[in-house]
Parts: sequence; structure tokens; C-alpha cells
Amino acid sequence: MKQTLLSLSNLSKQFSGKTVLDGLDLEILDGEFITLLGPSGCGKTTLLRLMAGFEHPDKGSITLAGQDLTHTTPENRPLNTVFQHYALFPHMSVFDNVAYGLKMEKRPKGEIRQRVEDVLAMVQLQDFAQRKPHQLSGGQQQRVAIARAVVKRPRLLLLDEPLSALDFKLRRTMQVELKRLQRELGITFVFVTHDQEEALSMSDRVVVLKDGLVQQLGTPREVYERPANLFTARFVGETNFFPGTVDSVHDGSITVDVFGLKRTLRRPDFPVREGQKLHVLLRPEDIRVLDPADEHGVAGKIVERNYKGSTLDSVIHLTDGTEVLASEFFDEDDPAFDYRLGEPVKVSWVDGWEWLLPEEVAPEQSEEEFPADA
Amino acid sequence: MSRWLPRIYLTLVYILIYVPIVVLVVFSFNESRTGYSWGGLGLRWYESLFDNRAMVGAMWNSLWLALSAATVSTVIGALTALALHRYRFRGKKLLNGMLFVVMMSPEIVLAISLLALFLLVGLQLGYVSLLLAHVTFCLPFVVITVMARLSGFDESLPEAARDLGASDFTMTRTVLIPVIMPALLAGWLLGFTLSLDDVVVSTFVSGPGYEILPLRIYSMVRVGLKPEVNALGTLLLVFSLVMLMLSQWILIRSKR
Repeated sequence: MKQTLLSLSNLSKQFSGKTVLDGLDLEILDGEFITLLGPSGCGKTTLLRLMAGFEHPDKGSITLAGQDLTHTTPENRPLNTVFQHYALFPHMSVFDNVAYGLKMEKRPKGEIRQRVEDVLAMVQLQDFAQRKPHQLSGGQQQRVAIARAVVKRPRLLLLDEPLSALDFKLRRTMQVELKRLQRELGITFVFVTHDQEEALSMSDRVVVLKDGLVQQLGTPREVYERPANLFTARFVGETNFFPGTVDSVHDGSITVDVFGLKRTLRRPDFPVREGQKLHVLLRPEDIRVLDPADEHGVAGKIVERNYKGSTLDSVIHLTDGTEVLASEFFDEDDPAFDYRLGEPVKVSWVDGWEWLLPEEVAPEQSEEEFPADA
Repeated sequence: MSRWLPRIYLTLVYILIYVPIVVLVVFSFNESRTGYSWGGLGLRWYESLFDNRAMVGAMWNSLWLALSAATVSTVIGALTALALHRYRFRGKKLLNGMLFVVMMSPEIVLAISLLALFLLVGLQLGYVSLLLAHVTFCLPFVVITVMARLSGFDESLPEAARDLGASDFTMTRTVLIPVIMPALLAGWLLGFTLSLDDVVVSTFVSGPGYEILPLRIYSMVRVGLKPEVNALGTLLLVFSLVMLMLSQWILIRSKR
């Protein structure tokens, strides 16, 4: 069982009357890679700045390994930050940038030299020590920023969207590199991002934030497969929402009417009663596209198909107008498998792969705040 | 024809601007006793310029005044700009506006009001009164130069320094000041130049004990110009060219 390293309790923060964080509680465990995920304006950056000490909470407390940090200045906190745009000192060489934190600790010269060289070797920049930041590429600057923060051997490393300025390929490389660094150093990483793919692939745990409140806290698998509410379901990955009505409630299962199909599904954790409306959530990869002659499934037709290399993604319009996203892996027996536009199909799924959520009050609101591209 | 017209026009403009300067430089090396006929090359007027005790004295006074006024106004101006940039305080807008008032108001108004102030408080007119006056009119230029640099300043730099363990003071010394150094130098040079060739304000607030170059030259005009002035003009021209190149060099280096 991992111990709590940083504990945030009842944190509230307002900026000129606007509430950014509202009584937020969070426990960060020692040695974990935890990601704060949410759309812009959800409070994730503010949360990070509170941890770093650049802002102070209006209410609540921050404790690191039993020590109260709520009113400690940034320079006296045993944690370091990797900034979104790196914030390298432009007038200093790479070596001096990395050595800065150790000079502030008044370490002996020999030790500084040794530690800076070690950490530069770790990020594969040992040959660039005398360069100035503007002579480096984006990815190299990024690595200097990480080296500068970890050379102080902090208990906790805060990373504020550190990969957002990099191009796609470099981003992938840096994701792997960051994971490797985290394993090697054993430092707790608090990573802020609005990219859900990044969050799922890198983290031990994900915190989904919206309007300064934790929507869900769990492993990437939990967040993806068992979203706590509609917001998380919409934000993390693509989801099909089918409207369902509870037909009858049994011991371990319920019968739900979806598009006229009576399906017997696993009974959810929340209370259900007959006649209740609920959402049946299905990820595109859970959808089964069947032959139109099949007696199971809902009728529809293909309106779009996208070849994605390993999968074939299609958009299907059901007869009532509902749009369904399906993502199917290529079958080895049928590598030429494809659809034509307008082709009639039937849509179904394997019982048990769905996830049920109760109806929420005004669920449309969150959809508007949050366009599909996020 | 239409192709030549713009060229002729441009040539005329350049002649109008640069011929007097060239004539001044050439005639500063004239050996002739009168200023209007050519008597061969020589350094006669430079010798007589440096033999003119009053003139050399005024030159040193001017340089010393410009040096001290530029330095004082850079220090005060940089601190003002930092305060305006970093903090929110009462009267911030007022302070900002007042700087512009100083910059925009006619020099004669500034001169009269400063003279009235100095007389009122009983300050002896001389070096101190000149320094105070020059700092006053240099200050807004320094503040604006430094503010411009600060507005493009990455706000996460000071935070990064604090995060790595620097106190506010250490951060200012090791990160903030080095990053805005080009603006400080540019502001200093601007102040130096403004102070060196100021006539209007200086006329009002200088005293008999401390004569400066522009006023000395102005008084020479009234008793009749000697070709020494050509030599002096050439020296000032070379000096300002060097300063201009220096400031450009700093600017280019800082952009890298």
C-alpha cells in the first residue's frame, strides 16, 4: 500500500470573484504518476500553481508528508515544476540553467558539476552543456527543463502541459521518456494535460476535473471503462450514448429497452426502478456491425468510413437519426473488409460490454461547454 | 523622365541634409585663419579648441552631467518600471499618466516650473539643479523603454527561479535584471543623449558656477563663431556615431 505524499484538503480559490476551485480534496500517493485531466478552465493549472506555491488558496490546506505547506513560499517547497513553455533562462547556458537550483542550495562546486553532468547524461544532452537555450530544438529545451527540475531531487515533480508545444512524433517520444525517467528516479509526478490519450497512456491514476471539482479519480482503465458520470464519459474517449428505459429489475440483472430491443444487462451500482430512463454507454470498439438480415440489432446505414490503418472507423445513422460511431479491427481472414457509403447494416453489442449511467439533470449543458474536438 | 524624377528628388534631399555636415567636418581640418577660405589640411582648430580652457571645461562638465543624469534616471526609471509592471497599487494609473505628462509637455514649461521650484526651495543653481532637471526629463524615456521590454517578458521565468530555490531578491539579481539588461542599456544611452544636447531646460536651471557645452556654444554664437566650433562639431558627430553603433550592437546582440 502506497503512502500519501501530498494531501490537498478543502482547497478553494477565487480569482476576482470567479470560483476556480471549490472545496477540492485530493490525496497524491508516494511514487505514483498522477494526471490532472480536464478541459481548459477546469482549474487544473490553478491546482498545480497552488501546489508549487505561486498562488495561495483562499481556504483549505496543503500538506506534504505531514508538513504543512499552505503558506510556504515556492523556494522553500521540496518540489519542482516543469513549465509549459519551459521557462529556461535565456541568458544562461544549458549547464548554468541546470545548475541554478543547486547553486541556490549553495552546494560545493564539484558536487554541482557532477550532478549537472549526470542529469544531462540522463536526458542525453551531455554534449549541449555550453549551448544557449535558443540554440536548441523544442524537444531539447524540454529535456533541459526536466533536467533542471529533477537535478534537485524533489519529492514531487509538477509538470504543466509540458508536451503541448511539441509536434506529434516528438510528443510520443517524450511520453515514453518521461515514463522512463519517472520509473528510474522514483519521483512522484503530477502531470497536467487536456489530452485524454496522453493521460490514459502515461498515468497510474487520472483525476478528471471540471469546474474546480473532481469528477472522477481512478486508474486509466476505470476512468475509460467505468466513467462516473456523463462528463467523464464524454471527455475521455469517444462514446455512444443510447437512451434506455428499465423494463424490469431482477436480482443481478435488469432488462432494458434500447431502440425497441429488450436486452438483459448487468444491474448497475446505482438504484434502479421500473420505467426509469438511463444511458447505455458503448465505446466505438464495443459496437458490433451486423448484416442487415440479422435478426438482432438496430437498423441503420453507413454514412462515413475512415480507414485508420489498424482499424476501420465508421459512422452509422440509425433509422431514428441517432449517430453511432463504430471502430472495428481488421480481421486476418478478411483483410479487404470495408463498407460502402449508404450500405444498410444492423448495430448491436455484446451484452456486458455496456456501461450504464443514470439520467442527469440538464446533461446538455456539459455538452455545449465541451465541443467534440477536445 | 519619370524614372529620373524620384532619383533627382532623393539626391536633393540627401544633399540638403548631409552637405552642411560634410562641410563642417572638412572645414574643421582647415588651416586657414578665416572660416570661409580653404588653406590646406591641418589640425589647427583642434589645437585651439583644446587650448580653450573654458570650452574644454564645459565639455567635461557636460559629459559628467550626462553620465550622472543617465545613470540616476536609469536606476530610478528601472525601479519605477518594475513596480508598475509587477505590483498593483493605489495611484498606479496616476503615476503612469504623470510620466507621459512630463514627456509630452513643452520643454519650456518644464524649464520654467523647475526654475520656480528651485528658487522656491532656495537651491543654488549649478550642478545639482541641472542634475535634478535632467533626471526629470530623462526618466519617462527610461521607464517606457524598460516597460516595453518587460511587457514581452515571460512571466514564468521569475516563477521558475523561485521554484528552484531563489528568494525574490536573488531572482531579481540573477534572472530579472540580466534579462532586461538590453533595455537598461538602451534607456541609459537615450538618457545620456537627451542630457548631452539639452539647451532649453539647461538655460533656465544652470548657474554661473557650472557651464555646460550647449550653453557655451550658444553664447559663442552671440560674440561671433570661430572655426573651433567646426572641430567641436566633428568631435560630437564622431562621438554620437559611436554611441549609435554601440546601442545598435546591444540591440542586435539582445535579439539573438
